[in-house]
Amino acid sequence: MSALGHVGGSTGTPAKLEKPRKRWLPYLLLLPGGLWLILFFAVPAIQLFATSLYDPSGSLEEGYAMTWQFSNYADAASEYLPHFMRSLGYAALTTVICLLLGYPLAYAIALKGGRWKNLLLICVIAPFFTSFLIRTLAWKVILSDNGWVVTTLDALHVPLPDGRLLATTPAVIAGLVYNFLPFMVLPLYASLEKLDPRLLEAAGDLYARPVARFTRVALPLSMPGVVAGTLLTFIPAAGDYINAQLLGTNRQYMIGNVIQSKFLRVGDYPNAAALSFTLMAAILVLVFVYVRRAGTDEVL
Amino acid sequence: MSEQRHGDSGADLNLVGVTKSFGAFTAVDDLSLTVPQGSFFALLGASGCGKTTTLRMIAGLEEPTAGRILLGDQDVTRLRPYKRPVNTVFQSYALFPHLNISDNVAFGLRRRGVKGVADQVERMLRLVDLESFGKRKPAQLSGGQQQRVALARALINHPQVLLLDEPLGALDLKLRRQMQVELKRIQTEVGITFVHVTHDQEEAMTMADTVAVMNAGKIEQLGSPVEMYDYPGTAFVANFLGQSNLFAGGVTGRSGDDVLVEAHGARFSLPATRARAADGSVWLGVRPEKMHLAAALDKVPAGHQSVTGIITDSSYVGVSTQYLVRPAWGDELTVFVPNSGVAAPLAVASEVTVHWRPEHAFLLSRPEGQTVAPVVDAEALA
Repeated sequence: MSALGHVGGSTGTPAKLEKPRKRWLPYLLLLPGGLWLILFFAVPAIQLFATSLYDPSGSLEEGYAMTWQFSNYADAASEYLPHFMRSLGYAALTTVICLLLGYPLAYAIALKGGRWKNLLLICVIAPFFTSFLIRTLAWKVILSDNGWVVTTLDALHVPLPDGRLLATTPAVIAGLVYNFLPFMVLPLYASLEKLDPRLLEAAGDLYARPVARFTRVALPLSMPGVVAGTLLTFIPAAGDYINAQLLGTNRQYMIGNVIQSKFLRVGDYPNAAALSFTLMAAILVLVFVYVRRAGTDEVL
Repeated sequence: MSEQRHGDSGADLNLVGVTKSFGAFTAVDDLSLTVPQGSFFALLGASGCGKTTTLRMIAGLEEPTAGRILLGDQDVTRLRPYKRPVNTVFQSYALFPHLNISDNVAFGLRRRGVKGVADQVERMLRLVDLESFGKRKPAQLSGGQQQRVALARALINHPQVLLLDEPLGALDLKLRRQMQVELKRIQTEVGITFVHVTHDQEEAMTMADTVAVMNAGKIEQLGSPVEMYDYPGTAFVANFLGQSNLFAGGVTGRSGDDVLVEAHGARFSLPATRARAADGSVWLGVRPEKMHLAAALDKVPAGHQSVTGIITDSSYVGVSTQYLVRPAWGDELTVFVPNSGVAAPLAVASEVTVHWRPEHAFLLSRPEGQTVAPVVDAEALA
């Protein structure tokens, strides 16, 4: 491009004055965020990886020795495989339920919301005005054995497994769904909002019944939202430990609970770090496969 | 091409007293019309006249507030769009961005469960001159190409009626001309009824067998382009379909087969066969190209009607020169003089006599008190 500037003759001079500025401006804009990421993500990640290879026999008081202890990973995987599987299973189930609940909701707001659109969206994000922890504690009260949900179900003679709701797997899943639903709805809404209703009309005009109109036109065109929403739900849900801790028992504990207790209660830093890294790698692989399979490269 | 035909084909499209209201606003007002099977029908009007709403009701995308829509013997008024043997070419084309061109074209057939559509898709793409584009996505095509895909996607279903909603609106002038010819060729080839909505009078006249001029939810006039242009029914049509010079006047009597008219103190006559009003207030109209200019009154051929005035403006548009002539009463007349090299151009500010043959004039009734001819707002056409 700069060679063309010389050929251009007289117009080359003002362009030369502009060019250097344009060249470093993007880097300048990248700088604050980049520094932040290096300082608070890259460096801690490297530190965490290093920690995962320390000798686990050390302690916080005595200090740790770097022994390139790759066996930490093998131990983590063998000992806590059920927790890993439970985490991924709960997260997957949560994501599916969020998608089934969130898609119709986002669709209704985006295409039928009319002048209520903004109000309905505020309702979706309203829970964020209260802390995550407090909301989950509130669920603990709602689902408790003498809470109104259980007493109402009892009065209606609805049989409950173990005769209770709190401290069961459904309670943990319900809490996860509740807490991550907005992360599913918002990207879905953003992508459905862009959907041109005339395309749905065109589909109807071309003999597509309502079901075909959805599966052939609306759904494929909202795939970017589906992918973004499922990732934003699945990734944090897989690492969550609050819901399992407050709404479940140790039979519902997820890998997040193990990491949390290893770091903060047992003080076993090397194993906690190895578990963290294993979780991160597992999620990365799953996300990579998922995005490739969803094939949204062209839509995104 | 007839193997996919929907139902029986010998079916006219009938609208019977169709009304569509949006709240207090009546978009289409008690509209009745018949579109004969196999014809190219144009609904012409300014934006907001109800033409698109009419089209959408035929497609099933809007439900009429009152009235019936019939396809042959079948009442389709309340039928869902996907159950109607009608397809639409949308103004925005509405091609499915996630499907390639072949899949876009095959969409309708596949939804009806037709197997092995590849041959038909290929044949249809050949018809619109896009046979090598099947694997591309709509975004990789130009506006004109997308337009043809939209046409192919609708035509492949062999609808009883094809609806076209300003399909050429987004194209540049040259491409639009080309597509007008193309559309007319395709319509003749496939023999399907086309209902074409447009605000472009030239487009309507070039393509359609029958034109209906719509204004404020009603049909002002319906007929062949030639007969409507030559002898318009209302002052609105006279100005919407081409241009007209209209003199506000009154009928003063008859002389044999001629109607006598007085306008702005001058007397005119025209054959009674060209008069849509026999008495009272009238508009006397003459098309700009039917008017001729003479340097002096004595050069006007015998039997011509004439008005004397001053040339206030002339614009050379290549094929003709358009003059504005101001007669004694002020309202300027537009006169188109072909640049055939016969007469020397006339200078602005010179006095001329405008003349025309009496049988080229037409007489329309004029509401009492109306002195300015209804003109179409150029904004409304955009």
